[in-house]
Amino acid sequence: MTDLAGNQQIIEIIYLVASVLFILSLKWLSAPSTARHGVLAGEIGMVLAIGGTLLHHGIVDYKWIVIALVIGSGIGVPLGLVQMTAVPQRTALSHAFGAFCVTLVGTAEFYLRTPNVPRFMMAVLSMEVILASLTFTGSLMAAGKLQEVLPQRPITYKGQNVVNLFFLAIAIAVAVYLVVHPGAKQLFPVMIVIPLIFGVLMIVPIGGADMPTVISLLNSYAGLSAAAMGFVLDSKLLIIAGALDGSSGFILSVIMSKAMNRSFTNVLFGAFGQVQPAAVAGKEEKTVRSATAEEAAGILAAANKVVIVPGYGMAVAQAQHKVRELYDALTKRGVDVRFAIHPVAGRMPGHMNVLLAEADIPYDRLMEMDDINGDFPQTDVALVIGANDVTNPAARTDQSSPIFGMPILDVDKARTVMVIKRSMNPGFAGIDNPLYYLDRTLMLFGDAKSFVNSIVHELAGNTH
Amino acid sequence: MNSALIDGLFVFMLAGFIGFEVIKRVSPLLHTPLMSLTNALDAIAVVGAIVLVGEHKSNLSFILGILAVIAATSNVVGGFLITDRMLRMFKSSRPTKP
Repeated sequence: MTDLAGNQQIIEIIYLVASVLFILSLKWLSAPSTARHGVLAGEIGMVLAIGGTLLHHGIVDYKWIVIALVIGSGIGVPLGLVQMTAVPQRTALSHAFGAFCVTLVGTAEFYLRTPNVPRFMMAVLSMEVILASLTFTGSLMAAGKLQEVLPQRPITYKGQNVVNLFFLAIAIAVAVYLVVHPGAKQLFPVMIVIPLIFGVLMIVPIGGADMPTVISLLNSYAGLSAAAMGFVLDSKLLIIAGALDGSSGFILSVIMSKAMNRSFTNVLFGAFGQVQPAAVAGKEEKTVRSATAEEAAGILAAANKVVIVPGYGMAVAQAQHKVRELYDALTKRGVDVRFAIHPVAGRMPGHMNVLLAEADIPYDRLMEMDDINGDFPQTDVALVIGANDVTNPAARTDQSSPIFGMPILDVDKARTVMVIKRSMNPGFAGIDNPLYYLDRTLMLFGDAKSFVNSIVHELAGNTH
Repeated sequence: MNSALIDGLFVFMLAGFIGFEVIKRVSPLLHTPLMSLTNALDAIAVVGAIVLVGEHKSNLSFILGILAVIAATSNVVGGFLITDRMLRMFKSSRPTKP
């Protein structure tokens, strides 16, 4: 008996060390220079925790643990090697896997313990299972939309929120019943199936542009469900990891919702109201000025300060490597080139930074919105590539605009604005962008990748 | 039982605060790696699943446990792998050798 207790003590100490390493891991992630130590700390913590768990005295069967670990690693490796453009769907998929694991463990624990489940335990277990199962299907839906297996267009219908809340209410009612009568085994599956349906319904009305918020929110749910599982298993390590993940997702959701000018309650309840199409755009024919690659190259070469504003359109066109060539060509001519990154650029928080870093653009050239907005008046050329709404000045001035109040990049204050765009079609949200009709704006019509390529060619031609 | 619950709530509260303070300082530059790293750390849920498999208390818990270990392990391996791949790409224009 003393021997077993001793073993248990060693395990707890190992978990303590792992917890410290997990916290350090996130702390070191604060700066790019130390970030990779953070990954190492996390890896060591994880190996220690898994190794420590194998010392658990109740474990009699190692064979299947090893088999499962090997299969899991086999699935994990390809998921760790996906393309950077596919990182958002990979992340959503891994939220789904995490939630799947938590749901299964919660279910197993319930059937092992029923009917002797104390009330508090049952309440936490219900929360764990409800959160995890809705995160599971919700994340699968999000991954499907991001991978474009499912339609990206938001699907809405009348009374959608009422239907969704109805499902959630049933799940909570079942949970309450189970807390009072933990022996009601037959009701437990209901508490899983209803949130599974709710998870699907929750994501149905969400469009591509809202994905950064949704992924952060699902991240937070996944963390909270893992923390709840920590309470059920009385594992402090799990509570800590879940709390860290939950607060991380929470902070990111808040940042994303602010960047989209959505209210906080809006985010908490997952009720992502759809952006209503703008009222009929001005009938009067507005004129735009367009320019060729040759003219654009001339203006860029003559500039001192250039700010490039990349959006998701750049990633769709796979133009980031061409943008890198443009960056090189201009930097070689002594032009100061920086990139302005809106918080919701891309399909998940920070996505645009990763795409540009992959193209070997130095990270100290990537500027956050608040740091660069004051510099636009001194900027000779703002080059917008595949971004639309985040540059729309109507968000500042036009109270009737659906995006009024959303923080934007003040590109319209630059001396010259150039916008690479396929056509004058308004973007996905159907909001007209007055930026395109300014006197200082030149429209560069064409595919982002090939247009940037032509500019690079023109710049190279000029040096010969 | 009751004291374990209170302990757990204290731990949760403190870890939540630490998480909040630490993650607030993460540069927006690294928000994507942050999410994939916390995702990998969150997969520590694998320890609960390992115990389920190892103890083999019932066939149901054993089978659910195996599936849970597979799902969580894929997050551990995939999460750390992609986080490290992403972080390796972030280079400064200043010539500093790490």
